[in-house]
Amino acid sequence: MIKEFRLPDLGEGLTESEIVSWHVAVGDTVELNQVIADVETAKAVVELPSPYAGVIARLHEQPGTVVEVGATIVSFDIPVIGNEADPPARREPNLVGYGAAVEKGGRPQRRVRDFAEDSGSAAAVQPMPDRPAAARSVPAVPAVPAHPAAVPVAPTHAAPAAAAPARQGPAPDSPVPAVRPAHAAPLVSATGERPRSTPPVRKLARDLGLVLDSVHGSGPGQLITREDVLNALAEQGGSAAGTVGYGPGVSEGAAGTGDAVSDGRGLPPASGETRIPIKGVRKHTAAAMVASAFTAPHVTEFLTIDVTPTMELISKLKASRAFADARITPLTIVAKAVCIAVRRQPSLNSSWDAAANEIVQYSAVNLGIAAATPRGLLVPNIKDAGALNLLELSAALKTLTDTARSGKTSQADLSGGTLSITNIGVFGIDAGTPILNPGEAAILAVGAVRRAPWEYEGEVALRSVMPLSLSFDHRLVDGEQGSRFLADIGAILSDPGMVLTMV
Amino acid sequence: MALSETGDVSVQDGVGEGAAGSNLIQLVDALGVRHPNPHYDPLVADVDGAALRSLYEDMVVVRRIDSEATALQRQGELALWPPLLGQEAAQIGSGRALRQDDFVFSSYRENAVAYCRGVDLTDLLRVWRGNASSGWDPYTINMATPQVIIGAQTLHATGYAMGILNDGADSVAVTYFGDGATSQGDVNEAMVFAASYQAPVVFFCQNNHWAISEPVGLQAHVPIADRAPGFGIPSVRVDGNDVLACLAVTREALDRARSGGGPTFIEAVTYRMGPHTTADDPSRYRDANELEDWAAKDPLARIAALLDSMDLLDADYADSVKAKADGVAAELRAGCLGMAEPAPGDVFKHVYSAPNSWLDRQQDHYERYLLSFGNGTTEGD
Repeated sequence: MIKEFRLPDLGEGLTESEIVSWHVAVGDTVELNQVIADVETAKAVVELPSPYAGVIARLHEQPGTVVEVGATIVSFDIPVIGNEADPPARREPNLVGYGAAVEKGGRPQRRVRDFAEDSGSAAAVQPMPDRPAAARSVPAVPAVPAHPAAVPVAPTHAAPAAAAPARQGPAPDSPVPAVRPAHAAPLVSATGERPRSTPPVRKLARDLGLVLDSVHGSGPGQLITREDVLNALAEQGGSAAGTVGYGPGVSEGAAGTGDAVSDGRGLPPASGETRIPIKGVRKHTAAAMVASAFTAPHVTEFLTIDVTPTMELISKLKASRAFADARITPLTIVAKAVCIAVRRQPSLNSSWDAAANEIVQYSAVNLGIAAATPRGLLVPNIKDAGALNLLELSAALKTLTDTARSGKTSQADLSGGTLSITNIGVFGIDAGTPILNPGEAAILAVGAVRRAPWEYEGEVALRSVMPLSLSFDHRLVDGEQGSRFLADIGAILSDPGMVLTMV
Repeated sequence: MALSETGDVSVQDGVGEGAAGSNLIQLVDALGVRHPNPHYDPLVADVDGAALRSLYEDMVVVRRIDSEATALQRQGELALWPPLLGQEAAQIGSGRALRQDDFVFSSYRENAVAYCRGVDLTDLLRVWRGNASSGWDPYTINMATPQVIIGAQTLHATGYAMGILNDGADSVAVTYFGDGATSQGDVNEAMVFAASYQAPVVFFCQNNHWAISEPVGLQAHVPIADRAPGFGIPSVRVDGNDVLACLAVTREALDRARSGGGPTFIEAVTYRMGPHTTADDPSRYRDANELEDWAAKDPLARIAALLDSMDLLDADYADSVKAKADGVAAELRAGCLGMAEPAPGDVFKHVYSAPNSWLDRQQDHYERYLLSFGNGTTEGD
């Protein structure tokens, strides 16, 4: 059994120490408390007694190396005695001997120094010069950009990785770190002060991918409350329900790649790279996206519509007694519109069964909602959403998002989806080309609702405008059906009364 | 060198050279030779070979506890540890003089005293592991948990001793502190009150020569024991590395206190052979030669030599003592590693002895606050 030994905080509040010398070599047998190394801290040179009796399996650090507290420095091969081989699982405590958990992945001093000196490398991770406003306006700026399966590869996310080296001529050699964001999250407000809030609310905001600087605090002394965070999300995404779990920073960071979280919090590394094991939801997402992207020939169509009537409808519903307790958002109406439109274009609700050489036409719509959850990107679906009235649909959406938020989405919720919606509007994004959830014929990306000048009754007026992006599998759906489907959704959203002509 | 009152710093360093011509009480010298003392011999007349062996075993065991705890700190299992290496005789000699109903108020270095009081070994480490804000119930072993505020425990001891007077009991409060603490106002105030009330309190000062990095000569231009008479408190200067002498002078002080004679001040002249704590590097401020000089006065070595001269230190016995110490160390380690983590709500325990609505309200708020993290997130992420 291999046991690793991590460098403890040998003094009080130290963050690193230097390995002065090893008293042992790999293969040596050591006793408990036998001195194995001299370590110099900022306070003292101390002897390190072996925490185990066993054989030195590996010395992870060379003499002269400055090692962070908590880093593994030596591994032991420990003889397994009886049932000690299977000790009861217990939470690994963050011992006082290791100090507070360090919120960083690399070696901060060096990284900061490099960052300052190497402007070329730094530039590679700066917001794109021609899109600073866009980067800043994104409400939920990801520490690490999420490319959730069903979220379109939006320009803001995709372009820098490909375009940055070309555009930033002065630093052509600057590596674009594979996992770095195109834009670093502004974690500190312009004033340098952290917005006032409480740890649970900060955690909620982080889980939802919301940067607190953009949130107005309604509590005492502008303290940001849980409600403020949820309201901010609702405003930005037009839907608190639809936005849940769309926090990209968390979706990526927590998507089975925990290392990325701490890395993403710190300053961007100026050079080098971070290597993150591919596992968990991230791995699953990657496999699904590759399978989908290279199996189904994607076609994407766009439609931008004036949804002012829908917004007015939502206001009316909110004021009505029947919907008083419901959470009606633009996403709710979009979901309903999809269910209505798909009845007229059933090919959008089908599947390509290559093995059976058959097309599977579904009668019920199991409506998937892409959600960035603490576990990563998941697409739970609402079973037979078409059978639900608006009130039931809003409740189902709420249940789905609440479940996803708490990380309790079941396998049953995840399987059997037939058609999906992804709400990219919560990120302030207009449009993109979403990749199909494998096995489904269509996915609709809902863009941000913006007040924009728009033709209205023969004049230019400020209207609430929403872009829609629909990707479909051209094996199953031709341009005609896809276009009619998208147009029907648009018709409903721009004039909800049009439903009368469709049902 | 004879002791003088000239304030010469070298007076401090010269202690332990022998009892002759010095007011330093010593019964066993650095070479393990027993020197007769007509005044103190009767106080330790009961210490036969077996008792001497017992004192020796205690010192070996506590030294082993000390080194094991130091190792645990180096291994990341304790945040900090204040070693007592070199001070075993002062602590065991005085600690073994106490009666069960006496009460100890110590600093953070009196782990050997705690051992004498019968402390649970795991409790001894609890605070240093950050597992609890206090290691044990003081009334279970009649020893308050270690005081970190320098010298504050002398006030607690004096107050407790005044309580003993009120109770009409004959137990004694004993307070332990270091040479540095004698410069604190608290210690001086405690001595004033102890003398005024003739309280049954023993001030046991371990002069280990270093107040962290300050040598004792900087703050004491006369032997520390000489200060006490100025408060009206009789004092005695004892070789703190002589367990027998420490036992004798402490017994005398306890007898005085029990019989209404009031407080006594004992200066046990010893040496902190290790760092102030595991976060300290004494080689930065003190001469290696000094450590070597004191190593020659090691409190364990001299009793081992004395036992050997009495044919009481055969190999079997030495092995059994070592085995006992190793067993205690293993128990200490197991207790440390197996310590259950406290629950968040434990912070509200032991605040008040009786129910308190204000605290209950706070606890309620705190529990709801923890719940607001949502499921499964209270352990951090």
